[in-house]
Amino acid sequence: MTKNIAEQRMSEQVLAEHRPVLFRYALLQLRDHELADDAVQETLLAAWQAASNFEGKASLRSWLIGILKHKIADHWRRSVREVVTPELDQIDADNGAVDEDDFFTSNGEWHSGPSAWNDPEAALKQQEFWIIYETCQNNLPPQMAKVFMLRELVGLKADEVCRETGLSTANYWVTMHRARLRLRECLEIRWFNNSKSIKESHHA
Amino acid sequence: MRNCRDITLLISKELDNESTLAERFAVGLHVLMCSRCKNFQTQSTFISKAAHRFTEHLGEEIEKK
Ligand SMILES: [Zn+2]
Repeated sequence: MTKNIAEQRMSEQVLAEHRPVLFRYALLQLRDHELADDAVQETLLAAWQAASNFEGKASLRSWLIGILKHKIADHWRRSVREVVTPELDQIDADNGAVDEDDFFTSNGEWHSGPSAWNDPEAALKQQEFWIIYETCQNNLPPQMAKVFMLRELVGLKADEVCRETGLSTANYWVTMHRARLRLRECLEIRWFNNSKSIKESHHA
Repeated sequence: MRNCRDITLLISKELDNESTLAERFAVGLHVLMCSRCKNFQTQSTFISKAAHRFTEHLGEEIEKK
């Protein structure tokens, strides 16, 4: 043990700050509280033990995520359970080639633009909404889903997402833009317009 | 003049706090006149919120099992 006490306390505290992000990352992949918690625990311990190996070339968070990925991979290797989530790690060729043409004319005008939504806040409280939300999110192409989830669900910053996925900043913006366009449209069709049309047909 | 495609890209950047003052100004001006982009803006903000809630919801669902 070459580390002094001050150094140890510092690193424990600093490591703990990354816990929520690591936990959300693990939860999305493992879909199990306990397993996610264990994986994060093991990650922090491993990181703490190997703190002297951390050279500060990458950010601490990317380094921690790197360790966490190994822990998660270990878990899947040990486990016979089927992977139920879209694999966050599986980067495939960008099949998000279907682009903004789906939404805009060549002049950049909306094809059929967003209509107003009736009381979106209320949707958050409904069980059925989350099923639709998850369906829409799973309908994104894998690479796009990964970028969106790392940013919005795990809570990484834009530059961290770029590092994780190997995307350039410009491609990152385009990807997030498309993800939002798709999710928005999907929610509109499957939830907001849908419930409206049901109501209208009742009146008819 | 920026069109709706450009504006929605800027709105997306703005949501991640990465747009410049000039870009935010352009967005602000555009959404005054364009209800579709205005809807995109509100709804994208809502989707960010929903995405964040989704992890909490997922946690609760898993807990129940
Ligand atoms: Zn517009």
